[in-house]
Amino acid sequence: MTSRPHGGKLVQVSQEKLAGPKGKELSLNVSAETGITIQNIAQGILSPIEGFMGRNDYQSVLNGMRLENDVPWTIPILLHGPEGFSAGNGDVVDLVSDSGTTLGVLSFEESYKIDRKEFAMKVFKTEDQSHPGVANVYSQSPWAIGGKILRAPKAEENPFTSVTLSPIETRFLFKEKGWKDVVAFQTRNAPHIGHEYVQKTALAFADGIFINPVLGKKKPGDFTDEAIVESYKTLMRGYYPAGTAVMSVLNYEMQYAGPREAILHAIMRKNFGCSHIAIGRDHAGVGKFYGPYEAQEIFEEFPDLGITPLFFREFFYCNKCQGIANEKICPHPESNRLTFSGTKLRAMFQSGEAPPREFMRPEVADTILSLPQPFVE
Amino acid sequence: MTSKYTTVSIPIPLHERLERLVQKKGSFKSVSDYVTYVLREVVVMHESDEVPEAFTSEDVEAIRLRLKALGYL
Repeated sequence: MTSRPHGGKLVQVSQEKLAGPKGKELSLNVSAETGITIQNIAQGILSPIEGFMGRNDYQSVLNGMRLENDVPWTIPILLHGPEGFSAGNGDVVDLVSDSGTTLGVLSFEESYKIDRKEFAMKVFKTEDQSHPGVANVYSQSPWAIGGKILRAPKAEENPFTSVTLSPIETRFLFKEKGWKDVVAFQTRNAPHIGHEYVQKTALAFADGIFINPVLGKKKPGDFTDEAIVESYKTLMRGYYPAGTAVMSVLNYEMQYAGPREAILHAIMRKNFGCSHIAIGRDHAGVGKFYGPYEAQEIFEEFPDLGITPLFFREFFYCNKCQGIANEKICPHPESNRLTFSGTKLRAMFQSGEAPPREFMRPEVADTILSLPQPFVE
Repeated sequence: MTSKYTTVSIPIPLHERLERLVQKKGSFKSVSDYVTYVLREVVVMHESDEVPEAFTSEDVEAIRLRLKALGYL
């Protein structure tokens, strides 16, 4: 039996072809990222959230890391709108892209102003706008619109449609496979040996591993979505026993909120039907904004999260141990250790060189080298 | 705004034991904090006893077909 959806019920919003705003309907321009959030609400990835948060849930999440009904939730899900946008309670609002496509239909509940400084301090623990999440908050309107999503279009076909499953599909799949203990692994990178080691350590006691790469907006120098997906396919083909790993991608805009985002990541994977989630060093962090294990410590505050975190230290290759190790199990000095640095890896690939096999499986490296553009420019 | 808290009665000796524990451990601010934590931990276990299937029998065939077509099954 798969785990209970967060809040007790998997939200399913009607997904159909939407005609677009008619003459009399209210409409609001929204970003592509908001479109992704609407899809995630519609498919139940953000269950029990049924729409964009109203003021009470917003304040409750900000101050107490829980929805108004006591369900754990750490990052507000907001729809930013222009000042003065107003409608009656229950009025239908079409949420449209810049090109006029309807990305969702909302039942308006309220409009309210947020304090962006408070948001930044509570969610990101900083006001520093060099933090990408904080910069994003300040780039948005301080006005938020709350309301339920009534309808959403079917997700558009894209190059990754064939590796994109909804929670209802993963739940069915895990049941069919007879998996009870399923460990989620969230990633934004192509897999090096350290990642594989974490996954296999988790797999040693679980029935299956759910590899769930996050696709979407990226920074220059990050692996492209194609590089992440193709390299994982290669790794799974060559190095995982048949029937023990499933990969499906998640469209989601990273916020780099460190500890608070780690909880949100866990909630989303719980909704996919996972019983556990791997949380590594500086999970969902950026720069030096969070302590290395802060994203693990926050789980102590949520005895009722309903998904069990598995904490991992940073792994490295030790020449003396002749294998993968971490600081808990390896007594040797740093000079013996090869750390899995993303910067080093990128530099090697950019010069057309494959990383050593202690760092990455040769087949995975070949896959990346065969791509015309493995990194975002 | 209405208060978000209410009062629950527990035996005084238990309250005293909890008070001592909270003081000794230092990781909870108060007995109320401790009791809230423990109750959340217990309640989620009981809520998990009843897990309704997320998919209906009507969904099953469509899901199975898609998963097969994509090579997941």
